[in-house]
Amino acid sequence: MLEIKNLHVEVGGNEILKGIDLEVGAGEVHAIMGPNGSGKSTLSYVLSGREGYEVTQGSIAYKGQDVLEMSVDERAAAGIFLAFQYPIEIPGVTTMTFLKTALNAQRKARGEEELDAVKFLKLVREKAKPLNVTDEMLKRPLNVGFSGGEKKRAEILQMAILEPWFAILDETDSGLDIDALKTVSEGVNALRSPERSMLVITHYQRLLDYIVPDKVHVLSKGRIVKTGGKELALELEKSGYAEYGADEAA
Amino acid sequence: MAAVKETVETVGEVEKYKYGFSTEIESEKAPIGLTEDTVRYISAKKDEPEWMLEWRLEAFRRWKNMKEPTWAKVFYPTMDYQNAYYYAAPKQTVAPESLDEVDPKLLETYEKLGIPLEEQKMLAGVAVDAVFDSVSVVTTFKEKLKEAGVIFCPISEAIRDYPELVKKYLGSVVPVTDNFFATLNSAVFSDGSFVYIPKGVRCPMELSTYFRINEKQTGQFERTLIVAEEGSYVSYLEGCTAPQRDENQLHAAVVELVAMDDAEIKYSTVQNWYPGDEEGKGGIYNFVTKRGDCRGRNSKISWTQVETGSAITWKYPSCILRGDNSRGEFYSIAISNTKQQVDSGTKMIHLGKNTSSRIVSKGISAGGSSNTYRGLVSVHKKAENVRNFTQCDSLLIGDKCSAHTVPYIEAKNPTAILEHEATTSKISDEQLFYCMQRGVPEEEAVALIVNGFCRDVLQQLPMEFAVEAQKLVGISLEGSVG
Repeated sequence: MLEIKNLHVEVGGNEILKGIDLEVGAGEVHAIMGPNGSGKSTLSYVLSGREGYEVTQGSIAYKGQDVLEMSVDERAAAGIFLAFQYPIEIPGVTTMTFLKTALNAQRKARGEEELDAVKFLKLVREKAKPLNVTDEMLKRPLNVGFSGGEKKRAEILQMAILEPWFAILDETDSGLDIDALKTVSEGVNALRSPERSMLVITHYQRLLDYIVPDKVHVLSKGRIVKTGGKELALELEKSGYAEYGADEAA
Repeated sequence: MAAVKETVETVGEVEKYKYGFSTEIESEKAPIGLTEDTVRYISAKKDEPEWMLEWRLEAFRRWKNMKEPTWAKVFYPTMDYQNAYYYAAPKQTVAPESLDEVDPKLLETYEKLGIPLEEQKMLAGVAVDAVFDSVSVVTTFKEKLKEAGVIFCPISEAIRDYPELVKKYLGSVVPVTDNFFATLNSAVFSDGSFVYIPKGVRCPMELSTYFRINEKQTGQFERTLIVAEEGSYVSYLEGCTAPQRDENQLHAAVVELVAMDDAEIKYSTVQNWYPGDEEGKGGIYNFVTKRGDCRGRNSKISWTQVETGSAITWKYPSCILRGDNSRGEFYSIAISNTKQQVDSGTKMIHLGKNTSSRIVSKGISAGGSSNTYRGLVSVHKKAENVRNFTQCDSLLIGDKCSAHTVPYIEAKNPTAILEHEATTSKISDEQLFYCMQRGVPEEEAVALIVNGFCRDVLQQLPMEFAVEAQKLVGISLEGSVG
């Protein structure tokens, strides 16, 4: 599904990622853990194509395509989705409008028929219910005045509607209480399938109790320093990131 | 909400100024230039009564001694008023009685513009008066309106058929000597619409006028007069386009609204005159005087405008809040791109007691354009308990444009409560990235964000216009990013 080879990335002239190799197969869920400043968010941005993240070496292949040649919206239409750590406010654009705009833009880019209002409404209602996203929330401008939990649920709702093939969850657990964490995790788990892969970026093992990964990678100072199974996350929870060169695991 | 709903489907079809075609129609023009003879020519063409000619000539004499105003933040070369045509009409010997008699080429033009003139298509309930250059071509749905007692006709016809009404109200809101452009209009106006809603009548459909400048070097000087008698209601829509031409064309319209006791007038405009090319060559100079008079108690006048076209926009739809408890509203979206210059806003003149007004202005500047909000809220000595709320938001796209806010406030009564809020923001890279990560292409993302920014105003538009307005937002901002 995704193959990253010797990826080096600079931001503002500073090298943040210093040679990442990572392969995620279809249907697999990989967790990336690591201390602050290890390059976790950089990895999510470079995969999704944000400006200002310069790839100096290496390659990213997604379903055999060269991702680095694709624009942000092309990547999205091809099925790469990023659930933001800090979702952005879009004043005046209701969640419903935003969802419909995004879905139909992707469908159009893929040469599929756009959904009409009736079909779309049905789809949203069906996907919103298990995530406790109310009609009232769908009518509010996206992320404007949303609580931390509402923002994250809205992110997962977008993912459920856009049905990406490769989803990156960037610290989706941050700012969530335990109930919200459960709801969000259930939403994510419902999307797990043999054709869909996920990259779960997190600081804490807690999230991985709910979204159980196939593999765990430890990222430190721009490199993957250790890879293991889900038990690696538990080890980290006990010993912290100190042995991987970080001062603080906070 | 509904207003923004269709954004994406509609902005998907963005293209350059698509109304830039011109129609090959034989036309009849007044000799070039402006003299008393031109005024007489126009009046004669319209078969006007003597009093109307006198009114025009008076305006012309006054105008000769007036100077063009220079206080607005717009810059343009001196206009040569003698090198323009003041009257152009599609050649037709007899006035059309029905659509079958209208030149098919004209109808084709309107079709291209997306105005369904045939009555069959008009079931949506919009009556259209289409003004092509200087004459009103056809007014649809006349019969149905007549049943309700509503008069909706070209103003030239009203001058002949309802002289008493026209005499009573024409120039009563915007006096002949009001300002340079209004006085010019008073002298040479060639057509426009007249609406009269009798006492207690709720106009059964939206009324609409479509203006188009087709002829080269022609000015368009339309005159609209709407009178809403006691307890009546009318919603009026106005749309404008012009072909692409290298020279600048002047559009100096006057719109007068009169609302009597408990009457309400809702006036909406989508203005998409040709804005000129990317270097600022050509385009319409839009110098328009629009004013509503809330003459009666509890009357209400509401202006909603979406301004996307014109090289220069100079326009301040205003309300005189004369009747006690009357209310004025102004909702505006002004978008400027490339080299466009906008100086627009409103005046709320509070004369009566307990009068209130609300101003919501959204200015969007892109490219190398300049966008100024200029507004006046004035509270007279005897106006007790006045309320005003003003909100001016500016959105900048790119780093070569500018936004200016010039609010004037004159409060001569201590009981007035006036609020003013202003913000200036930019579309952030974060917002763009977020939208694009969800699969929305960049230009569509800009249109989406801008439509969100304008939402409060778009919601004020009647449904049919809201969709067109959203499309326009997308089209007019094309090429403003990247």
